[in-house]
Amino acid sequence: MAAINRDDVAHLAQLAHIEMSAEELDRMAGELAVIVDSVKSVSEAAGDDVPATSHPIPLTNVFREDVVGHTFTAEQSLNGAPDAYEGRFKVPAILDED
Amino acid sequence: MTENNELIRLSAAALAEKLAAREVTAVEVTQAHLDRIAAVDGKVHAFLHVNTDEALAVAAEVDAIRAAGGAAAEELHALAGVPIAVKDLIVTIGQPTTAGSKILEGWHSPYDATVVERLRAAKMPILGKTNLDEFAMGSSTEHSAYGPTRNPWDLDRIPGGSGGGSAAAVAAFEAPLALGTDTGGSIRQPGAVTGTVGVKPTYGGVSRYGAIAMASSLDQIGPVSRTVLDSALLHQVIGGHDPRDSTSLPDPLEDLVAAARTGHVEGMKIGIIKELHGEGYQAGVENRFNESLELLKAAGAEIVEVSCPNFKYALGAYYLIMPSEASSNLAKFDGVRYGLRVLPEQGPMTIERVMGATRAAGFGDEVKRRIILGTYALSAGYYDAYYGSAQKVRTLIQRDFDAAFAQADVLISPTAPTTAFKLGEKLNDPLAMYLNDVATIPANMAGVPGLSLPGGLADEDGLPVGIQLLAPARQDARLYRVGAVLESLLEAQWGGPLLEKAPSLTAATADSSAAATALSHGGSH
Repeated sequence: MAAINRDDVAHLAQLAHIEMSAEELDRMAGELAVIVDSVKSVSEAAGDDVPATSHPIPLTNVFREDVVGHTFTAEQSLNGAPDAYEGRFKVPAILDED
Repeated sequence: MTENNELIRLSAAALAEKLAAREVTAVEVTQAHLDRIAAVDGKVHAFLHVNTDEALAVAAEVDAIRAAGGAAAEELHALAGVPIAVKDLIVTIGQPTTAGSKILEGWHSPYDATVVERLRAAKMPILGKTNLDEFAMGSSTEHSAYGPTRNPWDLDRIPGGSGGGSAAAVAAFEAPLALGTDTGGSIRQPGAVTGTVGVKPTYGGVSRYGAIAMASSLDQIGPVSRTVLDSALLHQVIGGHDPRDSTSLPDPLEDLVAAARTGHVEGMKIGIIKELHGEGYQAGVENRFNESLELLKAAGAEIVEVSCPNFKYALGAYYLIMPSEASSNLAKFDGVRYGLRVLPEQGPMTIERVMGATRAAGFGDEVKRRIILGTYALSAGYYDAYYGSAQKVRTLIQRDFDAAFAQADVLISPTAPTTAFKLGEKLNDPLAMYLNDVATIPANMAGVPGLSLPGGLADEDGLPVGIQLLAPARQDARLYRVGAVLESLLEAQWGGPLLEKAPSLTAATADSSAAATALSHGGSH
């Protein structure tokens, strides 16, 4: 597995929607390289014959009755929003004007 | 004042008895704890919010019902009027929920977590919300955006994390009970370093509806207290099936309180996990651990050694699975639906750029680290090597537990490799910080329950050591059965609860009596 470098971190930060300063990218790259290096052994621990476990105690077919449950009012839902307009979440432009 | 001091030192079980016998009122009990918070929380900083009015109103309601008598009084829950603190990762109507993050500063949930609904149904006054590492990411509470919590045993040291606030609140007698959450040890490790009790129930044993998710396949809500019986009492209130959490186990809850009250180890097989002690563990931790083994042996338990060879991969696998799930769970903090919105200083005002600026300003370093690490582990080309391999390790850890529990009824280890370290000591070394959870993580990976209880003070620094018990999935009662016995054997040796040896936090505020109080408690703080 390749080591993680500054360019990787810049790309990942973009994917994760976290703006990072040059100083932050440098620091994060150094710290993550150490962490990634320390978890490397995990990829060699299990053979192909070992199945993956996603949940420790898997439950299947967890359904509920198809009836309307508790719902929040628009006011309750918008109460914690940073911006709202006429009973809806107000979102900045999706596309750049250019 | 003396009377109040006595009230705050009582266990939840003892308070419940006094309330039922009408020797004290719920308002007196709640006020005594609020007074204690006012007196010491400036130093400890266990609370992010104190819920004075509501707590007193609930207490007054309990008192009124008791005074009126009749069926309503009969039907009161045994813990009615016993106050509790709630980790600020769990949502509550009427109080802010911040998750220890700037991104949720001042946010109010429109709903209660299921566990909070159950506290309200039992009429337990909620004293307030306790401090934590941001989104429960940390082992020291230093990653809280609102400043660290301090360890009541030594205010220069960490109270553990992420639930340092809940553990410190209970250790400092600010609350008899608290709720915590445990993803890799966040209930048990703070319990260990503060000399208190904490339980991570079986995965799915307590509803997580309303706990802000970090890693959904690992997170679990559980009790925090000063005694094993108190944790059982609280576990009984919050446990059991909840249809609103699709991972909630449908099994009926066992009688955990009876297990704690009857306590039993004779003829039981208790397994020492070879890989979870010895090298890398502080000498004082090892000594107290060995003493506990001797006590259990003397009480009739058979001590066997078990090996869990794949536990050595647990920490690495955890630091792939947890960040992967966290990066996905935290994607919802987008500056649109709740919490902070920060606008970029210049350039086009698109949603993407607003999100980037919001998350840059709203998240702290550790949260960013884990999101980036998780995004990396899940990205194309790395998924199989990282996330896929980690999930296989999870299977190996479960198999290790299966083999160990074929040889032993419960397993035992130190909860944490060291006692509480100094604030700031490991803040700039993420890897050293992660190592605190080496003994607690395997339980989360496999979904099995774990309990930490105080095992004494380490010789070299006089700080609390935690003993961890682990049981098979759905066998939480075993933890209480064995834990209660070990606790009583240890307390018989100490001549009382370990926390009686903790320094008095009020000594320094009353300057004239400071010296005398410090002397009488034998403490330096």
